[in-house]
Amino acid sequence: MNAIIRFENVHHTYSEEAHESLSGIDLSIEEGTFVAVLGHNGSGKSTLAKHMNAILTPTQGKVFVSDLDTSLEENILEIRRTVGMVFQNPDNQIVANVVEDDVAFAPENLGIPSDEIRRRVDEALRQVGMSEFKLHAPHLLSGGQKQRIAIAGVVAMEPRVIVLDEPTAMLDPQGRREVISTITRLCREKGLTVVLITHHMEECVGADRLIVMSNGRIVADGTPVEVFSQVELMDREGLSVPETTRLLYELGLPTDVLDVESCAEEIARAFR
Amino acid sequence: MSEIIVESLSHVYSVGTPFQKTAIENISLRIPQGQFVGLLGHTGSGKSTFVQHLNALLAPTSGKVLVGGTDINRDKKARRDVKWQVGLVFQYPEYQLFEETVFADIAFGPKNMGLKKEEIEERVREAAGFVGVEEDLFQRSPLELSGGQKRRVAIAGVIAMRPGVLILDEPTAGLDPAGCRQIMDNIRQYRAGTGATVIIVSHNMDDAARLTERLIVFDHGHVAMDGSPEEIFSQPEKLISIGLAVPQSTALAMALREKGLDLDGAVFTHEQLIAAVRKLKEVGAC
Repeated sequence: MNAIIRFENVHHTYSEEAHESLSGIDLSIEEGTFVAVLGHNGSGKSTLAKHMNAILTPTQGKVFVSDLDTSLEENILEIRRTVGMVFQNPDNQIVANVVEDDVAFAPENLGIPSDEIRRRVDEALRQVGMSEFKLHAPHLLSGGQKQRIAIAGVVAMEPRVIVLDEPTAMLDPQGRREVISTITRLCREKGLTVVLITHHMEECVGADRLIVMSNGRIVADGTPVEVFSQVELMDREGLSVPETTRLLYELGLPTDVLDVESCAEEIARAFR
Repeated sequence: MSEIIVESLSHVYSVGTPFQKTAIENISLRIPQGQFVGLLGHTGSGKSTFVQHLNALLAPTSGKVLVGGTDINRDKKARRDVKWQVGLVFQYPEYQLFEETVFADIAFGPKNMGLKKEEIEERVREAAGFVGVEEDLFQRSPLELSGGQKRRVAIAGVIAMRPGVLILDEPTAGLDPAGCRQIMDNIRQYRAGTGATVIIVSHNMDDAARLTERLIVFDHGHVAMDGSPEEIFSQPEKLISIGLAVPQSTALAMALREKGLDLDGAVFTHEQLIAAVRKLKEVGAC
């Protein structure tokens, strides 16, 4: 078992608030997996994400990134090289006037030699499918393209984990598909560990593991099929489940598939 | 009354420059008072350009827009007056809050209309009521509120002008499922309480299917489809060819029909899907 990120009884309270944003989180994330974290605003999912690269540290308990304690100042540089973050608004993450300069920004700051930077930038742009835009101006790209540039900027640092905090919240359906398929590919082909924070349940369907947060706690954890099958729990949390799961559930059929094709198959079989 | 009539409307951006682009071309349609309309289409299909013509934020390159029988681009006064009659809520309106208090922000529109103090207060309370903003928030800074609250305050600022037509561009973008439901309920309440026309620009097919009585689908600056949700979603192949998704229930119904299950009627909500499948069961049992 190789946990790249480990939470041990983590509590977090923002200083100005009385209530806890995280209330006793125990969690291990395996290297190379695609983990989706679903929950409402205020459920603690963003707070959880920010503990993964020491933007926040626990008020109580410990977080370890590749066995480094995030609360120790001397570990922070190594932790930030291990875990890269992508945020919600692509416009706030773009720093340069040319796409390839933007992607080179982080590796430049890591003091990497320039021919190595060249290689990393080309490779990162290829991996997010944006090579042909390398000389374009980022502000003229679509939302989905900008977010892929932001992802390339993180990939160029060659982290082992990429944490995305609602990366699709401001994108249209096309942009959302682009981002989700890009991060899925990074996980499957490059072995990157991906942690996706979202409130769109349809984005979690392709993950290896789905975690549901509510009131600072983990209330469900399993494969997407296992979690979505808990229809009553998801309803109680005010989260939706895929139409496929709901239909199977209401017809009293096993809720063990998520995609439309297999769901239709199962219903057709039941009616034959 | 605020019936909208659009006649041969076209808009070209940056005319005479290398960036010249036709955003919408030769659009004609009529939206009667009180209708609940959904505008669908991808980014760049022309739907935002279109709605900005409905309250004279953009002037037509050619064609006409009439609201309540008046050409809204007739003169400066008409262009100004239509702003009260047709309220436009942009995407991410919470970024446009700027007053020191929630009350002052909601009151900004009515104040500009030159209304008396009592009338302004009444309208602020009424608008806040429609969107569920509690009065104990009135003296707070809008910047202290949560994302969902901010958006409701921004919508209240437009509603306070009592527009006969309320247009919202992606009103639920970026909100979590609970926030989405709340905003859509607020909009429904406003429409029920005032009889206003409501036009929603949306990417969310499931919302569009459930709430509206008419859908207008934009594609490459043209109206590609126009009809009731039943009519639009009974042609899922056409929506897909435009590159739009269909509601999840419609996609499932298509897959079931492909497997030889004979589902009745148009299916675009969960309730319709479950009813159609259950009906099948009864027939099968006979």
